[in-house]
Amino acid sequence: MSATAEAMAQSILPTAAAFSPVGPTVIDCQLEKVFYGDFLAVRNSNVPIEKGKITGFIGPSGCGKSTVLRSLNRMNDLIPIFRFEGHVKYHGQDVYGKNVDPVVVRRYIGMVFQQPNPFSMSIFDNVAFGLRLNRYKGNLEERVQKALERAALWKEVKDKLQKSGLSLSGGQQQRLCIARAIATEPDVLLMDEPCSALDPIATRQVEQLMLELKERYTVALVTHNMQQATRVADTTAFFGVDISQGGRTGYLVEMGETSRIFEDPQEELTKQYVSGEFS
Amino acid sequence: MSDIDLTSRPPAMQPLSLERRPFELRALTSGLLTGLTWGIAILGSIPLFSVIIMLVAEGGSRLDIEALTALPPAGFEMGGGFGNAIIGTLVMVAIAAAISVPLGLLAAIYLAILDPYSVVAGTSRFVAKTLTGFPSILAGVFTYAVLVINFGYSAVAGGVALAVLMLPTVVLAAEESMKQVPQKMTDAAFGMGCTRSQVIWKVVLPTGLPGILTGIMLAVAGAAGESAPLLFTALFSNYFMSELMEPTASLSILIYNFSAMPFDNQIELAWAASLVLVLMVLVFNILARLIGQSKV
Repeated sequence: MSATAEAMAQSILPTAAAFSPVGPTVIDCQLEKVFYGDFLAVRNSNVPIEKGKITGFIGPSGCGKSTVLRSLNRMNDLIPIFRFEGHVKYHGQDVYGKNVDPVVVRRYIGMVFQQPNPFSMSIFDNVAFGLRLNRYKGNLEERVQKALERAALWKEVKDKLQKSGLSLSGGQQQRLCIARAIATEPDVLLMDEPCSALDPIATRQVEQLMLELKERYTVALVTHNMQQATRVADTTAFFGVDISQGGRTGYLVEMGETSRIFEDPQEELTKQYVSGEFS
Repeated sequence: MSDIDLTSRPPAMQPLSLERRPFELRALTSGLLTGLTWGIAILGSIPLFSVIIMLVAEGGSRLDIEALTALPPAGFEMGGGFGNAIIGTLVMVAIAAAISVPLGLLAAIYLAILDPYSVVAGTSRFVAKTLTGFPSILAGVFTYAVLVINFGYSAVAGGVALAVLMLPTVVLAAEESMKQVPQKMTDAAFGMGCTRSQVIWKVVLPTGLPGILTGIMLAVAGAAGESAPLLFTALFSNYFMSELMEPTASLSILIYNFSAMPFDNQIELAWAASLVLVLMVLVFNILARLIGQSKV
Protein backbone atom coordinates (compact mmCIF):
# COMPACT_ATOMS: atom_id res chain seq x y z
CA MET A 1 0.00 0.00 0.00
CA SER A 2 1.44 3.37 -0.98
CA ALA A 3 1.75 6.18 1.51
CA THR A 4 -1.15 8.14 -0.02
CA ALA A 5 -3.46 5.14 -0.05
CA GLU A 6 -2.65 4.50 3.59
CA ALA A 7 -3.34 8.11 4.42
CA MET A 8 -6.67 7.88 2.62
CA ALA A 9 -7.60 4.73 4.51
CA GLN A 10 -6.71 6.60 7.68
CA SER A 11 -8.90 9.53 6.81
CA ILE A 12 -11.92 7.30 6.30
CA LEU A 13 -11.75 6.11 9.91
CA PRO A 14 -13.95 8.26 12.11
CA THR A 15 -11.98 10.63 14.28
CA ALA A 16 -12.94 13.42 16.60
CA ALA A 17 -12.73 17.09 15.68
CA ALA A 18 -9.81 18.69 17.48
CA PHE A 19 -10.76 20.24 20.80
CA SER A 20 -8.73 23.10 22.16
CA PRO A 21 -9.48 24.19 25.70
CA VAL A 22 -9.87 27.84 26.61
CA GLY A 23 -7.42 27.82 29.51
CA PRO A 24 -3.81 26.66 29.64
CA THR A 25 -3.16 22.96 28.98
CA VAL A 26 -1.18 20.94 31.55
CA ILE A 27 -0.96 17.70 29.59
CA ASP A 28 -1.03 17.65 25.83
CA CYS A 29 -1.83 14.06 24.97
CA GLN A 30 -1.87 12.95 21.35
CA LEU A 31 -2.08 9.20 21.01
CA GLU A 32 -1.98 8.12 17.37
CA LYS A 33 -1.83 4.40 18.10
CA VAL A 34 -1.56 2.43 21.32
CA PHE A 35 -0.69 -1.24 21.11
CA TYR A 36 -0.68 -4.13 23.57
CA GLY A 37 1.50 -6.53 21.61
CA ASP A 38 -0.09 -6.65 18.15
CA PHE A 39 -3.48 -5.53 19.43
CA LEU A 40 -4.38 -1.95 18.54
CA ALA A 41 -6.10 -0.79 21.73
CA VAL A 42 -6.55 2.94 21.09
CA ARG A 43 -6.11 5.16 18.04
CA ASN A 44 -6.37 8.84 17.14
CA SER A 45 -7.10 10.24 20.56
CA ASN A 46 -6.09 13.83 21.15
CA VAL A 47 -6.99 14.62 24.72
CA PRO A 48 -5.73 17.90 26.17
CA ILE A 49 -6.00 18.18 29.97
CA GLU A 50 -6.82 21.72 31.04
CA LYS A 51 -5.25 23.28 34.12
CA GLY A 52 -7.42 23.53 37.23
CA LYS A 53 -10.32 21.67 35.66
CA ILE A 54 -11.77 18.21 35.94
CA THR A 55 -11.57 16.37 32.64
CA GLY A 56 -13.91 13.38 32.54
CA PHE A 57 -13.36 10.34 30.31
CA ILE A 58 -16.55 8.45 29.52
CA GLY A 59 -17.39 5.62 27.16
CA PRO A 60 -18.44 1.98 26.98
CA SER A 61 -16.31 -0.85 28.39
CA GLY A 62 -13.18 -1.59 26.42
CA CYS A 63 -13.06 1.84 24.77
CA GLY A 64 -9.58 2.51 26.07
CA LYS A 65 -10.34 5.30 28.51
CA SER A 66 -8.25 3.71 31.27
CA THR A 67 -5.46 3.00 28.79
CA VAL A 68 -5.38 6.68 27.83
CA LEU A 69 -5.39 7.76 31.47
CA ARG A 70 -2.61 5.37 32.42
CA SER A 71 -0.44 6.49 29.52
CA LEU A 72 -0.42 10.02 30.99
CA ASN A 73 1.86 9.09 33.90
CA ARG A 74 3.51 6.07 32.28
CA MET A 75 1.71 3.51 34.42
CA ASN A 76 1.42 1.47 31.22
CA ASP A 77 5.20 1.03 31.29
CA LEU A 78 4.57 -1.73 33.83
CA ILE A 79 2.95 -3.76 31.05
CA PRO A 80 5.91 -4.99 28.97
CA ILE A 81 3.94 -5.38 25.72
CA PHE A 82 2.69 -1.77 25.75
CA ARG A 83 3.92 0.62 23.04
CA PHE A 84 2.47 3.69 21.39
CA GLU A 85 2.87 6.22 18.63
CA GLY A 86 2.24 9.87 19.30
CA HIS A 87 3.27 12.05 22.18
CA VAL A 88 2.32 13.03 25.72
CA LYS A 89 3.66 16.39 26.79
CA TYR A 90 3.53 17.65 30.35
CA HIS A 91 4.12 21.40 30.55
CA GLY A 92 5.76 21.08 27.14
CA GLN A 93 8.15 18.28 28.18
CA ASP A 94 7.88 14.93 26.46
CA VAL A 95 6.80 12.47 29.16
CA TYR A 96 8.17 9.58 27.09
CA GLY A 97 11.44 11.43 26.28
CA LYS A 98 14.69 9.51 26.36
CA ASN A 99 16.05 11.19 29.48
CA VAL A 100 12.77 11.23 31.38
CA ASP A 101 12.52 9.08 34.51
CA PRO A 102 9.01 7.59 34.78
CA VAL A 103 9.43 7.57 38.55
CA VAL A 104 9.74 11.38 38.55
CA VAL A 105 6.77 11.72 36.20
CA ARG A 106 4.59 9.80 38.66
CA ARG A 107 5.60 12.08 41.50
CA TYR A 108 4.15 15.05 39.58
CA ILE A 109 1.21 13.16 38.15
CA GLY A 110 -0.35 11.14 40.96
CA MET A 111 -2.94 8.42 40.66
CA VAL A 112 -6.01 7.07 42.46
CA PHE A 113 -7.11 3.61 41.41
CA GLN A 114 -10.40 1.84 40.83
CA GLN A 115 -10.02 -0.45 43.83
CA PRO A 116 -9.06 1.21 47.11
CA ASN A 117 -5.47 0.03 47.62
CA PRO A 118 -4.02 1.27 50.91
CA PHE A 119 -0.73 -0.29 51.96
CA SER A 120 -0.71 -2.83 54.74
CA MET A 121 0.54 -0.26 57.27
CA SER A 122 -0.94 2.31 59.63
CA ILE A 123 -3.19 5.12 58.42
CA PHE A 124 -0.48 7.64 59.29
CA ASP A 125 2.23 5.71 57.45
CA ASN A 126 0.01 5.36 54.40
CA VAL A 127 -0.36 9.13 54.08
CA ALA A 128 3.26 9.79 55.02
CA PHE A 129 4.50 7.20 52.50
CA GLY A 130 5.00 9.58 49.59
CA LEU A 131 6.45 12.29 51.85
CA ARG A 132 9.04 9.91 53.25
CA LEU A 133 9.74 8.68 49.73
CA ASN A 134 10.59 12.23 48.74
CA ARG A 135 12.62 12.71 51.96
CA TYR A 136 10.31 15.46 53.14
CA LYS A 137 12.12 17.48 55.81
CA GLY A 138 9.28 19.54 57.28
CA ASN A 139 6.64 18.70 59.84
CA LEU A 140 5.34 15.27 58.86
CA GLU A 141 2.40 15.26 61.32
CA GLU A 142 1.16 18.57 60.00
CA ARG A 143 1.28 17.50 56.36
CA VAL A 144 -0.45 14.19 57.09
CA GLN A 145 -3.21 15.98 58.99
CA LYS A 146 -3.67 18.50 56.20
CA ALA A 147 -3.89 15.77 53.56
CA LEU A 148 -6.41 13.81 55.63
CA GLU A 149 -8.45 16.98 56.21
CA ARG A 150 -8.50 17.75 52.50
CA ALA A 151 -9.58 14.18 51.80
CA ALA A 152 -12.47 14.67 54.29
CA LEU A 153 -11.24 11.79 56.41
CA TRP A 154 -9.50 13.52 59.33
CA LYS A 155 -12.50 13.61 61.67
CA GLU A 156 -13.11 9.89 61.25
CA VAL A 157 -9.53 8.71 61.79
CA LYS A 158 -7.84 11.33 63.98
CA ASP A 159 -8.04 9.07 67.05
CA LYS A 160 -6.78 5.93 65.31
CA LEU A 161 -3.93 7.05 63.09
CA GLN A 162 -1.83 4.05 64.19
CA LYS A 163 -4.48 1.53 63.12
CA SER A 164 -4.01 -0.38 59.88
CA GLY A 165 -5.26 1.35 56.76
CA LEU A 166 -6.91 -1.92 55.82
CA SER A 167 -9.20 -1.74 58.88
CA LEU A 168 -11.19 1.13 57.33
CA SER A 169 -14.38 0.72 55.30
CA GLY A 170 -14.21 0.77 51.50
CA GLY A 171 -15.20 4.44 51.20
CA GLN A 172 -12.77 5.46 53.93
CA GLN A 173 -10.01 3.44 52.28
CA GLN A 174 -10.58 5.26 49.00
CA ARG A 175 -10.43 8.64 50.75
CA LEU A 176 -7.25 7.43 52.47
CA CYS A 177 -5.80 6.65 49.04
CA ILE A 178 -6.76 10.14 47.89
CA ALA A 179 -5.11 11.62 51.00
CA ARG A 180 -2.00 9.55 50.25
CA ALA A 181 -1.97 10.80 46.66
CA ILE A 182 -2.41 14.50 47.54
CA ALA A 183 -0.04 14.53 50.55
CA THR A 184 2.90 15.06 48.22
CA GLU A 185 1.06 17.92 46.46
CA PRO A 186 1.14 16.48 42.96
CA ASP A 187 0.35 18.79 40.08
CA VAL A 188 -2.13 16.48 38.37
CA LEU A 189 -4.31 13.76 39.88
CA LEU A 190 -5.43 10.88 37.67
CA MET A 191 -8.49 9.05 38.98
CA ASP A 192 -9.42 5.74 37.39
CA GLU A 193 -13.08 5.06 38.26
CA PRO A 194 -12.43 5.99 41.89
CA CYS A 195 -16.05 5.42 42.93
CA SER A 196 -16.83 2.15 41.21
CA ALA A 197 -16.27 0.13 44.39
CA LEU A 198 -18.09 2.60 46.64
CA ASP A 199 -21.68 2.96 47.88
CA PRO A 200 -23.74 6.07 46.95
CA ILE A 201 -22.91 7.97 50.15
CA ALA A 202 -19.18 7.40 49.85
CA THR A 203 -19.44 8.26 46.14
CA ARG A 204 -21.02 11.61 47.02
CA GLN A 205 -18.24 12.33 49.51
CA VAL A 206 -15.54 11.53 46.98
CA GLU A 207 -17.26 13.65 44.31
CA GLN A 208 -17.53 16.57 46.72
CA LEU A 209 -13.85 16.06 47.38
CA MET A 210 -12.99 16.19 43.68
CA LEU A 211 -14.73 19.54 43.35
CA GLU A 212 -12.63 20.87 46.23
CA LEU A 213 -9.46 19.32 44.85
CA LYS A 214 -9.72 21.11 41.52
CA GLU A 215 -9.09 24.39 43.33
CA ARG A 216 -5.50 23.22 43.77
CA TYR A 217 -4.92 20.39 41.35
CA THR A 218 -5.76 19.39 37.82
CA VAL A 219 -7.87 16.25 37.74
CA ALA A 220 -8.42 13.67 35.02
CA LEU A 221 -11.25 11.29 35.86
CA VAL A 222 -12.30 8.05 34.20
CA THR A 223 -15.86 7.19 35.05
CA HIS A 224 -18.38 4.62 34.00
CA ASN A 225 -21.13 6.72 35.46
CA MET A 226 -22.49 9.43 33.17
CA GLN A 227 -24.29 11.21 36.01
CA GLN A 228 -20.96 11.46 37.79
CA ALA A 229 -19.43 13.09 34.73
CA THR A 230 -22.27 15.65 34.57
CA ARG A 231 -21.93 16.34 38.30
CA VAL A 232 -18.20 16.93 38.47
CA ALA A 233 -16.49 17.16 35.08
CA ASP A 234 -15.87 20.54 33.42
CA THR A 235 -14.77 18.95 30.17
CA THR A 236 -15.82 15.53 28.94
CA ALA A 237 -14.11 13.25 26.45
CA PHE A 238 -16.31 10.54 24.99
CA PHE A 239 -14.55 7.42 23.73
CA GLY A 240 -16.11 4.83 21.45
CA VAL A 241 -15.18 1.37 20.21
CA ASP A 242 -14.39 0.87 16.56
CA ILE A 243 -14.83 -2.71 15.37
CA SER A 244 -14.47 -1.94 11.66
CA GLN A 245 -10.77 -2.90 11.62
CA GLY A 246 -11.28 -6.36 13.07
CA GLY A 247 -10.32 -5.88 16.73
CA ARG A 248 -11.95 -3.67 19.31
CA THR A 249 -10.12 -0.40 19.03
CA GLY A 250 -11.01 2.56 21.21
CA TYR A 251 -10.88 6.12 19.90
CA LEU A 252 -11.95 9.58 20.92
CA VAL A 253 -15.36 10.33 19.41
CA GLU A 254 -16.01 13.76 20.77
CA MET A 255 -14.63 16.10 23.39
CA GLY A 256 -15.95 19.34 24.70
CA GLU A 257 -17.51 21.17 27.61
CA THR A 258 -19.53 18.71 29.64
CA SER A 259 -22.84 20.55 29.19
CA ARG A 260 -22.29 20.68 25.45
CA ILE A 261 -21.46 16.95 25.22
CA PHE A 262 -24.56 15.97 27.14
CA GLU A 263 -27.05 18.53 25.82
CA ASP A 264 -25.89 19.10 22.29
CA PRO A 265 -23.69 16.22 21.11
CA GLN A 266 -22.42 16.63 17.56
CA GLU A 267 -21.80 12.95 16.86
CA GLU A 268 -24.53 10.36 16.45
CA LEU A 269 -22.59 7.87 18.64
CA THR A 270 -22.29 10.39 21.48
CA LYS A 271 -26.00 11.16 21.23
CA GLN A 272 -26.85 7.47 21.54
CA TYR A 273 -24.49 6.95 24.45
CA VAL A 274 -25.50 9.95 26.56
CA SER A 275 -29.17 9.16 26.01
CA GLY A 276 -28.50 5.68 27.39
CA GLU A 277 -29.13 3.69 24.20
CA PHE A 278 -26.03 1.57 24.88
CA SER A 279 -23.41 1.35 27.54
CA MET B 1 -57.01 -28.54 30.80
CA SER B 2 -58.97 -25.89 32.50
CA ASP B 3 -60.11 -28.10 35.36
CA ILE B 4 -56.97 -27.64 37.51
CA ASP B 5 -58.07 -27.22 41.07
CA LEU B 6 -55.88 -24.83 43.00
CA THR B 7 -57.98 -24.78 46.12
CA SER B 8 -56.80 -28.11 47.53
CA ARG B 9 -53.38 -29.72 47.84
CA PRO B 10 -52.51 -32.22 45.07
CA PRO B 11 -52.66 -35.76 46.45
CA ALA B 12 -48.98 -36.57 45.76
CA MET B 13 -47.72 -33.82 48.00
CA GLN B 14 -46.97 -34.74 51.62
CA PRO B 15 -48.19 -32.49 54.35
CA LEU B 16 -45.38 -29.95 54.82
CA SER B 17 -43.02 -30.78 57.68
CA LEU B 18 -39.72 -29.08 58.47
CA GLU B 19 -38.88 -31.33 61.39
CA ARG B 20 -35.55 -33.13 61.53
CA ARG B 21 -35.79 -36.87 60.74
CA PRO B 22 -32.72 -38.43 62.35
CA PHE B 23 -33.28 -41.99 61.06
CA GLU B 24 -33.55 -41.15 57.41
CA LEU B 25 -30.89 -42.86 55.25
CA ARG B 26 -29.29 -39.51 54.33
CA ALA B 27 -28.97 -38.46 57.96
CA LEU B 28 -27.54 -41.85 58.95
CA THR B 29 -24.92 -41.77 56.18
CA SER B 30 -23.95 -38.26 57.13
CA GLY B 31 -23.55 -39.20 60.79
CA LEU B 32 -21.51 -42.29 59.92
CA LEU B 33 -19.10 -40.38 57.69
CA THR B 34 -18.69 -37.58 60.22
CA GLY B 35 -17.85 -40.17 62.87
CA LEU B 36 -15.38 -41.84 60.52
CA THR B 37 -13.45 -38.62 59.85
CA TRP B 38 -13.34 -37.90 63.58
CA GLY B 39 -12.06 -41.37 64.33
CA ILE B 40 -9.33 -41.17 61.70
CA ALA B 41 -8.26 -37.73 62.90
CA ILE B 42 -7.88 -39.10 66.44
CA LEU B 43 -6.08 -42.20 65.12
CA GLY B 44 -3.66 -39.97 63.25
CA SER B 45 -2.77 -37.98 66.33
CA ILE B 46 -2.11 -41.06 68.49
CA PRO B 47 1.55 -41.50 67.38
CA LEU B 48 2.28 -37.80 67.98
CA PHE B 49 0.77 -37.71 71.42
CA SER B 50 2.22 -41.08 72.48
CA VAL B 51 5.71 -39.86 71.53
CA ILE B 52 5.23 -36.66 73.53
CA ILE B 53 3.78 -38.52 76.54
CA MET B 54 6.61 -41.03 76.49
CA LEU B 55 9.22 -38.25 76.26
CA VAL B 56 7.70 -36.43 79.21
CA ALA B 57 7.43 -39.65 81.24
CA GLU B 58 10.96 -40.89 80.52
CA GLY B 59 12.85 -37.63 80.16
CA GLY B 60 10.90 -35.32 82.47
CA SER B 61 12.46 -36.70 85.66
CA ARG B 62 16.02 -35.92 84.53
CA LEU B 63 15.18 -32.46 83.18
CA ASP B 64 16.84 -30.16 85.72
CA ILE B 65 19.34 -27.33 85.82
CA GLU B 66 22.27 -29.74 85.87
CA ALA B 67 21.08 -31.56 82.74
CA LEU B 68 20.62 -28.26 80.93
CA THR B 69 24.02 -26.81 81.88
CA ALA B 70 26.54 -29.56 82.70
CA LEU B 71 28.87 -31.38 80.31
CA PRO B 72 28.14 -34.97 79.20
CA PRO B 73 29.29 -37.59 81.73
CA ALA B 74 31.94 -40.19 80.95
CA GLY B 75 31.31 -43.96 81.09
CA PHE B 76 30.40 -44.87 84.70
CA GLU B 77 30.13 -41.27 85.91
CA MET B 78 26.80 -40.21 87.46
CA GLY B 79 24.98 -36.91 86.86
CA GLY B 80 26.14 -34.67 84.05
CA GLY B 81 24.05 -33.08 81.30
CA PHE B 82 24.10 -31.74 77.75
CA GLY B 83 24.63 -27.96 78.05
CA ASN B 84 27.27 -28.02 75.31
CA ALA B 85 24.88 -29.83 72.94
CA ILE B 86 22.12 -27.22 73.46
CA ILE B 87 24.58 -24.43 72.71
CA GLY B 88 25.98 -26.34 69.72
CA THR B 89 22.53 -26.91 68.21
CA LEU B 90 21.55 -23.27 68.70
CA VAL B 91 24.83 -21.98 67.24
CA MET B 92 24.66 -24.26 64.20
CA VAL B 93 21.01 -23.41 63.52
CA ALA B 94 21.93 -19.71 63.81
CA ILE B 95 24.78 -20.17 61.31
CA ALA B 96 22.40 -22.03 58.98
CA ALA B 97 19.81 -19.24 59.26
CA ALA B 98 22.46 -16.54 58.70
CA ILE B 99 23.40 -18.24 55.43
CA SER B 100 20.04 -19.43 54.13
CA VAL B 101 17.80 -16.47 55.03
CA PRO B 102 19.61 -13.71 53.07
CA LEU B 103 20.30 -16.02 50.12
CA GLY B 104 16.77 -17.37 50.19
CA LEU B 105 15.19 -13.91 50.38
CA LEU B 106 17.22 -12.61 47.45
CA ALA B 107 16.35 -15.68 45.41
CA ALA B 108 12.67 -15.28 46.32
CA ILE B 109 12.68 -11.61 45.27
CA TYR B 110 14.05 -12.68 41.91
CA LEU B 111 11.54 -15.51 41.53
CA ALA B 112 8.48 -13.58 42.72
CA ILE B 113 9.06 -10.10 41.32
CA LEU B 114 12.05 -9.46 39.13
CA ASP B 115 11.73 -12.14 36.49
CA PRO B 116 9.14 -14.76 37.45
CA TYR B 117 8.69 -16.26 33.98
CA SER B 118 12.30 -16.56 32.82
CA VAL B 119 14.01 -19.87 32.16
CA VAL B 120 16.39 -19.24 35.08
CA ALA B 121 13.45 -18.67 37.43
CA GLY B 122 11.59 -21.73 36.20
CA THR B 123 14.67 -23.91 36.63
CA SER B 124 15.52 -22.57 40.11
CA ARG B 125 11.93 -23.04 41.26
CA PHE B 126 11.95 -26.63 40.02
CA VAL B 127 15.30 -27.32 41.69
CA ALA B 128 14.11 -25.76 44.96
CA LYS B 129 10.97 -27.90 44.94
CA THR B 130 13.04 -31.01 44.30
CA LEU B 131 15.47 -30.07 47.07
CA THR B 132 12.67 -29.85 49.68
CA GLY B 133 12.54 -33.63 49.44
CA PHE B 134 16.34 -33.96 49.43
CA PRO B 135 17.59 -36.78 51.73
CA SER B 136 19.18 -34.89 54.58
CA ILE B 137 22.16 -37.20 54.84
CA LEU B 138 23.19 -36.14 51.34
CA ALA B 139 23.43 -32.53 52.55
CA GLY B 140 25.94 -33.84 55.09
CA VAL B 141 27.89 -35.80 52.48
CA PHE B 142 27.95 -32.76 50.19
CA THR B 143 29.29 -30.51 52.93
CA TYR B 144 31.78 -33.18 53.93
CA ALA B 145 33.17 -33.22 50.40
CA VAL B 146 33.24 -29.44 50.08
CA LEU B 147 34.30 -28.26 53.54
CA VAL B 148 35.22 -31.02 55.98
CA ILE B 149 37.89 -32.63 53.79
CA ASN B 150 39.75 -29.31 53.66
CA PHE B 151 38.99 -27.71 57.03
CA GLY B 152 38.00 -30.58 59.29
CA TYR B 153 34.86 -31.10 61.37
CA SER B 154 33.39 -27.83 62.65
CA ALA B 155 30.28 -25.94 63.70
CA VAL B 156 30.55 -23.94 60.49
CA ALA B 157 30.42 -27.12 58.40
CA GLY B 158 27.40 -28.27 60.41
CA GLY B 159 25.72 -24.89 59.84
CA VAL B 160 26.41 -25.06 56.11
CA ALA B 161 24.90 -28.56 55.89
CA LEU B 162 21.76 -27.35 57.69
CA ALA B 163 21.66 -24.24 55.47
CA VAL B 164 21.57 -26.47 52.38
CA LEU B 165 18.49 -28.13 53.85
CA MET B 166 16.83 -24.85 54.91
CA LEU B 167 17.41 -22.91 51.71
CA PRO B 168 14.68 -24.42 49.49
CA THR B 169 12.05 -24.09 52.23
CA VAL B 170 12.95 -20.45 52.81
CA VAL B 171 12.98 -19.66 49.07
CA LEU B 172 9.63 -21.27 48.33
CA ALA B 173 7.85 -19.86 51.42
CA ALA B 174 9.19 -16.35 50.80
CA GLU B 175 8.30 -16.47 47.11
CA GLU B 176 4.78 -17.64 47.90
CA SER B 177 4.10 -14.89 50.43
CA MET B 178 5.57 -12.18 48.19
CA LYS B 179 3.39 -13.36 45.33
CA GLN B 180 0.37 -12.98 47.57
CA VAL B 181 0.93 -9.25 47.96
CA PRO B 182 -1.95 -7.91 45.84
CA GLN B 183 -1.00 -6.28 42.55
CA LYS B 184 -3.16 -3.25 43.38
CA MET B 185 -0.75 -2.54 46.25
CA THR B 186 2.32 -2.60 44.03
CA ASP B 187 0.42 -0.53 41.46
CA ALA B 188 -0.26 2.04 44.18
CA ALA B 189 3.42 2.13 45.06
CA PHE B 190 4.45 2.62 41.44
CA GLY B 191 1.75 5.28 41.14
CA MET B 192 3.29 7.13 44.10
CA GLY B 193 6.55 7.31 42.19
CA CYS B 194 8.43 4.39 43.74
CA THR B 195 11.33 2.84 41.90
CA ARG B 196 11.24 -0.93 41.57
CA SER B 197 13.59 -1.45 44.49
CA GLN B 198 11.52 0.90 46.65
CA VAL B 199 8.40 -1.07 45.76
CA ILE B 200 10.17 -4.25 46.89
CA TRP B 201 11.73 -2.91 50.11
CA LYS B 202 8.95 -0.60 51.27
CA VAL B 203 5.81 -2.44 50.16
CA VAL B 204 6.28 -6.06 49.04
CA LEU B 205 8.67 -7.22 51.79
CA PRO B 206 6.84 -5.57 54.73
CA THR B 207 3.47 -6.81 53.46
CA GLY B 208 4.73 -10.35 52.92
CA LEU B 209 6.82 -10.38 56.11
CA PRO B 210 4.54 -12.52 58.32
CA GLY B 211 4.47 -15.27 55.70
CA ILE B 212 8.21 -15.02 55.15
CA LEU B 213 8.94 -15.27 58.89
CA THR B 214 6.61 -18.26 59.20
CA GLY B 215 8.56 -20.02 56.46
CA ILE B 216 11.88 -19.20 58.13
CA MET B 217 10.67 -20.47 61.51
CA LEU B 218 9.45 -23.74 60.02
CA ALA B 219 12.78 -24.22 58.24
CA VAL B 220 14.62 -23.50 61.52
CA ALA B 221 12.44 -26.00 63.38
CA GLY B 222 13.18 -28.65 60.78
CA ALA B 223 16.92 -27.97 60.86
CA ALA B 224 17.12 -28.07 64.67
CA GLY B 225 15.91 -31.67 64.70
CA GLU B 226 18.27 -32.94 61.97
CA SER B 227 20.98 -35.42 62.91
CA ALA B 228 22.13 -37.03 59.66
CA PRO B 229 23.74 -33.92 58.12
CA LEU B 230 25.64 -33.24 61.37
CA LEU B 231 27.19 -36.71 61.55
CA PHE B 232 29.61 -35.91 58.73
CA THR B 233 30.14 -32.25 59.45
CA ALA B 234 30.04 -31.19 63.10
CA LEU B 235 30.77 -34.62 64.59
CA PHE B 236 30.55 -34.30 68.38
CA SER B 237 32.44 -32.90 71.31
CA ASN B 238 32.35 -33.51 75.05
CA TYR B 239 33.28 -29.93 75.84
CA PHE B 240 31.79 -26.47 75.48
CA MET B 241 32.68 -24.92 72.16
CA SER B 242 35.49 -22.38 72.24
CA GLU B 243 35.59 -21.56 68.53
CA LEU B 244 33.52 -22.18 65.41
CA MET B 245 36.13 -24.26 63.60
CA GLU B 246 36.21 -27.24 65.95
CA PRO B 247 34.02 -30.35 66.26
CA THR B 248 30.81 -29.32 67.99
CA ALA B 249 28.17 -31.13 70.03
CA SER B 250 24.52 -31.14 69.03
CA LEU B 251 21.40 -32.47 70.73
CA SER B 252 20.50 -34.85 67.93
CA ILE B 253 23.94 -36.48 67.82
CA LEU B 254 24.05 -36.67 71.63
CA ILE B 255 20.73 -38.53 71.61
CA TYR B 256 22.07 -40.87 68.94
CA ASN B 257 25.29 -41.56 70.89
CA PHE B 258 23.82 -41.88 74.39
CA SER B 259 20.80 -43.99 73.49
CA ALA B 260 23.09 -46.78 72.28
CA MET B 261 25.20 -46.83 75.47
CA PRO B 262 24.89 -49.60 78.09
CA PHE B 263 24.66 -47.10 81.01
CA ASP B 264 21.33 -46.06 82.58
CA ASN B 265 22.59 -42.55 83.33
CA GLN B 266 23.38 -41.85 79.66
CA ILE B 267 20.09 -43.38 78.47
CA GLU B 268 18.15 -41.18 80.90
CA LEU B 269 20.04 -38.15 79.62
CA ALA B 270 19.22 -39.14 76.03
CA TRP B 271 15.52 -39.11 76.96
CA ALA B 272 15.84 -35.71 78.60
CA ALA B 273 17.73 -34.34 75.60
CA SER B 274 14.99 -35.64 73.29
CA LEU B 275 12.41 -33.80 75.36
CA VAL B 276 14.45 -30.59 75.17
CA LEU B 277 14.82 -30.96 71.40
CA VAL B 278 11.07 -31.48 70.92
CA LEU B 279 10.35 -28.48 73.14
CA MET B 280 12.75 -26.35 71.06
CA VAL B 281 11.08 -27.41 67.82
CA LEU B 282 7.70 -26.75 69.44
CA VAL B 283 8.74 -23.23 70.46
CA PHE B 284 9.89 -22.46 66.89
CA ASN B 285 6.60 -23.79 65.52
CA ILE B 286 4.54 -21.75 67.97
CA LEU B 287 6.57 -18.66 67.09
CA ALA B 288 5.89 -19.36 63.41
CA ARG B 289 2.17 -19.58 64.11
CA LEU B 290 2.06 -16.41 66.19
CA ILE B 291 3.93 -14.48 63.52
CA GLY B 292 1.67 -15.89 60.81
CA GLN B 293 -1.45 -14.85 62.67
CA SER B 294 -0.37 -11.22 62.91
CA LYS B 295 -1.07 -10.97 59.15
CA VAL B 296 -3.43 -8.06 58.50
